[in-house]
Amino acid sequence: MTGPALLVVEQLSVDLPTPRGRLRAVDEVDLELAAGHTLGIVGESGCGKTMLSRAILQLAPRRARLSGRVLFDGRDLTRLDAEALRRLRGRSIAVVFQDPMTSLNPVLTIGRQLSETMREHLAIDGSAAARRAVELLAEAGIPAPEQRLRQYPHQLSGGMRQRVAIAIALSCEPRLLIADEPTTALDVTIQAQILDLLARERQRRDMAMILITHDLGIAAGRTDEVAVMYAGRIVERAPTARLFKAMRMPYTEALLAAIPKLDAPPHTPLPAISGRPPDPTRPFPGCAFALRCRCCAERCAEQKPALTPADAYRHQYACWHPINPIGA
Amino acid sequence: MPARRGRLIFWLAVGWIVVVGSAAIAADWLPLASPSDMDLLARRAGPSADHWLGADALGRDILSRLVFGARISLTVGLVAPLLGLVIGGTLGMLAGYFRGLFETLVVGGIDVLLAFPPLVLALAITTYLGQSVLNITITLGVLSIPALTRVARAATLTFAEREFVTAARALGASHGRILMRELLPNIALPLIAFFLLAVAVIIVVEGALSFLGLGVPPPAPSWGGMIAEGRDSLDTAPSIAFLPASTMFLTVLAFNMVGDRLRALTDPRPGAS
Repeated sequence: MTGPALLVVEQLSVDLPTPRGRLRAVDEVDLELAAGHTLGIVGESGCGKTMLSRAILQLAPRRARLSGRVLFDGRDLTRLDAEALRRLRGRSIAVVFQDPMTSLNPVLTIGRQLSETMREHLAIDGSAAARRAVELLAEAGIPAPEQRLRQYPHQLSGGMRQRVAIAIALSCEPRLLIADEPTTALDVTIQAQILDLLARERQRRDMAMILITHDLGIAAGRTDEVAVMYAGRIVERAPTARLFKAMRMPYTEALLAAIPKLDAPPHTPLPAISGRPPDPTRPFPGCAFALRCRCCAERCAEQKPALTPADAYRHQYACWHPINPIGA
Repeated sequence: MPARRGRLIFWLAVGWIVVVGSAAIAADWLPLASPSDMDLLARRAGPSADHWLGADALGRDILSRLVFGARISLTVGLVAPLLGLVIGGTLGMLAGYFRGLFETLVVGGIDVLLAFPPLVLALAITTYLGQSVLNITITLGVLSIPALTRVARAATLTFAEREFVTAARALGASHGRILMRELLPNIALPLIAFFLLAVAVIIVVEGALSFLGLGVPPPAPSWGGMIAEGRDSLDTAPSIAFLPASTMFLTVLAFNMVGDRLRALTDPRPGAS
């Protein structure tokens, strides 16, 4: 870690009551993120990535039970009252959601949605907010921004809508941006543009970013550090370059193998991860990945491996039989 | 229905509402006979230069009574559902957004109100508080609360789970702002559409109450009261009852048409409009 941590997550767990019992969506997650750095959180659908991001913002569903601490800039968000949290959200921590079709209000104009947040947090008047909105849209790469202000979300394309959502998130100069699968709902050709936009604005504003994705390929090029999540836990965590050079956890390897490769000959079968994650309402004593793992041994099904202490490369993993022996 | 014909009917309906509404507003300045002056020579008279639509059994000018009756019918018909819209809409939105105990209480409350026989409530209020336009408006307003609460709550429930509400919270919006700025614009159109249907229903109900003698006290003209008075002369001068009846019919139909059209516009399913 370089520099003091902006965000520290300690032993954060989220339990959801369900008809079949308590569901542990996030299981004792620890994270640190330094100001100006990018952390990638990678994992398959349902592994708790989104719930983790909501829990950081204290936006988990009302019936969810949170435990652990979330320190943002030294303040414990789990102990803040509703008003203090409200002032923090959008101002210091902003979010870009997965689907811009649903994360923008369909009946309000772009201009109104943009200026609303600024007027709430920055105490500026309507005309100043409108001027700022035009600048933000232009910075987000939207052509003819003045005209967009009067348009409604349905009049824009998916990529444009996501640019608007990013402009809204950036409008109050947050210090941390949480991008929750920001390109999953978009056309592949637009994905790179949106990710470039996020990376460029992140660097220009020197803000920290959490990039949540199910695609290791996206995380590879655009993060300083990657945390791999599986069944609510962080199973491997390392600086990005180190992770791709010497991944230790068979799950990470399987995730990487599941990305289609351009240079593979046509009709090459895509290696999928067989099976499904274990039922989160029924705790499994061993490693949650054991039943799907190619290196599974007896011990894996009986004892849950803890995240190892960081090694010299700040690499951590939770596995009894790591692949790629040390020094690889 | 072809779109063009649907639009024509919509505008005809709007036109009728505007004509009736402006006549009711301007009744005092229109060159009309007094609605209570009796021209005893013209009892049950047909249309003439003096009485364009004829006169009723007491020789009162029917056109004038229709116009002044529109005042009362429309006032009750608009103010009562408006009362229901404000109270029911607020309760429904709060219940749909905050859920929990409050929602249980609201839903339980409107179930009680729905189970209460409306005619008995109207009878009780007119008996103990007296017959007046205000009391009738309040009675009908209270009776329209449950339906509007349900519409508001159902619409709020569907929108409150949408991601833009979470997004607004993630951007630091307060509950008040989410309710007023994010949710209200989304549920306004279905609520207004339902409000117009409620107007139509309330006009009919007011007419029925007047017909039963529970409505606006005579000699003030109201459409339901006019129909009731015309009943005695149905065989000799049917127009005395039919003219207010058709006016009410057209007005109710017009409100239904406009309401339906608005509801269809808000329905996202293709082809629904």
